[in-house]
Amino acid sequence: MKTRILNLIKIALKAIVLNKMRTLLTMLGIIIGVASVIAMLAIGEGSKQSIRDEISSMGSNMINIRPGADMRGGVRMNPSEMQSLKLKDYEALKEEASLLAYVTPQVSGSGQSINGANNWPTSIYGVNPEYLDIKIWDLQDGSMFTNAEVRSAAKVAVIGQTVAENLFTNGEDPIGKMIRFNSIPFKIIGVLSEKGESNFGQDQDDVILAPYTTVQKRILAIDYIQTIVASAISEEDAQGAVDEISTILRKQRDISGNEDDDFNVFSMDELISTFSSTSEMLTVLLVAIASISLLIGGIGIMNIMYVSVKERTREIGLRMSVGAKGADILLQFLIEAILISVSGGIIGVILGFSATLFIKGFLGWPTIITSYSVIVSFAVCAVTGIFFGWYPARKASALDPITALRYE
Amino acid sequence: MGDEIVHALKGVSLDIHEGEFVTIMGSSGSGKSTMLNILGCLDSPSSGSYHIDGVPVNSLNRNELATIRNEKIGFIFQAYNLLPRTTAIENVELPLIYNNKISSEERHRRAVAALEMVGLGERLDHTPAQLSGGQQQRVAIARSLVNDPVIILADEATGNLDTRTSYEIMSLFQELNRKGKTIAFVTHEPDIAEFSGRTVILKDGHIIKDDINTDINDAARELAALPKEDHE
Repeated sequence: MKTRILNLIKIALKAIVLNKMRTLLTMLGIIIGVASVIAMLAIGEGSKQSIRDEISSMGSNMINIRPGADMRGGVRMNPSEMQSLKLKDYEALKEEASLLAYVTPQVSGSGQSINGANNWPTSIYGVNPEYLDIKIWDLQDGSMFTNAEVRSAAKVAVIGQTVAENLFTNGEDPIGKMIRFNSIPFKIIGVLSEKGESNFGQDQDDVILAPYTTVQKRILAIDYIQTIVASAISEEDAQGAVDEISTILRKQRDISGNEDDDFNVFSMDELISTFSSTSEMLTVLLVAIASISLLIGGIGIMNIMYVSVKERTREIGLRMSVGAKGADILLQFLIEAILISVSGGIIGVILGFSATLFIKGFLGWPTIITSYSVIVSFAVCAVTGIFFGWYPARKASALDPITALRYE
Repeated sequence: MGDEIVHALKGVSLDIHEGEFVTIMGSSGSGKSTMLNILGCLDSPSSGSYHIDGVPVNSLNRNELATIRNEKIGFIFQAYNLLPRTTAIENVELPLIYNNKISSEERHRRAVAALEMVGLGERLDHTPAQLSGGQQQRVAIARSLVNDPVIILADEATGNLDTRTSYEIMSLFQELNRKGKTIAFVTHEPDIAEFSGRTVILKDGHIIKDDINTDINDAARELAALPKEDHE
């Protein structure tokens, strides 16, 4: 059996070598099809990844917990004015949640910051030190306040780039300087690195960070918290973390079975899936177009195999008369079709890789070649060869040797 | 090697014995093509039976017929039917490719031996386009010999050749027959039939004559007797 297949492969190879030009032209459809599938998928995958990275840079694992809308005597209340989120809720999450890497309470206020003759309207965020880990944010200079400073409600602050630029206009070092925010003095212990605009056009550097205890007591004079900000241990665990938070908070806040939550949990997941689904759709579209060219390539193979069978009718008759069985003839032509499509596939993969490198190098588009795109397009090629080679091969094998021998 | 018996073609009965050189003659429509197809296991008789080398052929399916053709029959055609752009040696190897019991070394060795037997030992790598008609027919004869068949079937094997080349080919057939090969040769040329030991004439599906030829013409002698100007 092995020698038989080997012999048939040799015969098929010879037929291909004897018709180099024709084989090459036949392959062209497959080559273009495979190359475009690979290049298109690489572009699609690359753009998906770059969107993902962009969202990740703003903290894709980030989860926000806010008080929910509630009714007070039939009047629906503005959630941001709710005072229902307490430090106990934060502490419960801190202790019980297993899918959260970091968690911080957050209170914020806006006001005027002043340094000598300079002043600047900005916002102050009261948080704990984990805030920087959640936001994936670094300090450019100095250090973050500590948990001890949070406990003691120390009047220390870390300022964003925009605030630094506006309060320290002559380029002096802000570290160690005192500023005032709404007339409360803060000692600057750190400067945040530049983060730029958020995807929603907000200047993220226009901010002052201080211990939440300090902001609660000195600036806002409140004992509740406005928001809890947390991050899941990984992007994959974000949805699980959201569910976990709900469970913990419902228990903590004594919400029974069928009552609605009086809080809201938001993750970036939906944002990611919105962006991803857009680029996913683009990828599907690109692949659909590329698949059509693969299909046309397959029809090209079928066409040429038909011509080949017709042309070689006498040869088939001769082979049968000297003892070739129907299966031998079938396999010979099938192998020929598969060889054409598979070698077209190999060339297509090489071309697809080169095209991808070209796109990356000259157009600067992000591209990622996934192994599945190579495997799938290659498999499709082999299947195309079998599928479109089968019918002509079957026709050849069913020829009557006497008729075939006399065919003109 | 046994006898080959045919009961076909409207009550035709024919035995071809081992070592015989039989010519089958008849005009077109006489049934000689059908007879050749049946002898060659390309076709089965609708009734009656045919035995080759002791094997009853009637009950065999397509694949089994292919195996019989592969192992027991050598075909030679009027139009040579060589594979184009394929060397002489590869053409001769062809029947053995479909026999899994033969290794590629054995195949090559036997193909070379067959080509040497027909006098083309020097032209193993020539393609049909590089060979004359007579040489091409010699390659075809080598191909029919390579599987060591029980019978060689030639269908108008000299039909495309000039007189001199025909005699050369007939001389080769006589030589093969002397070495013990059984040959059935279909032709419509009476002078070709003179070179065989037995002539069967068909007409309208019946054998009208089946004679042993006692006065066999020697093709080599006829060849030598041809006038020189015939040579080109």
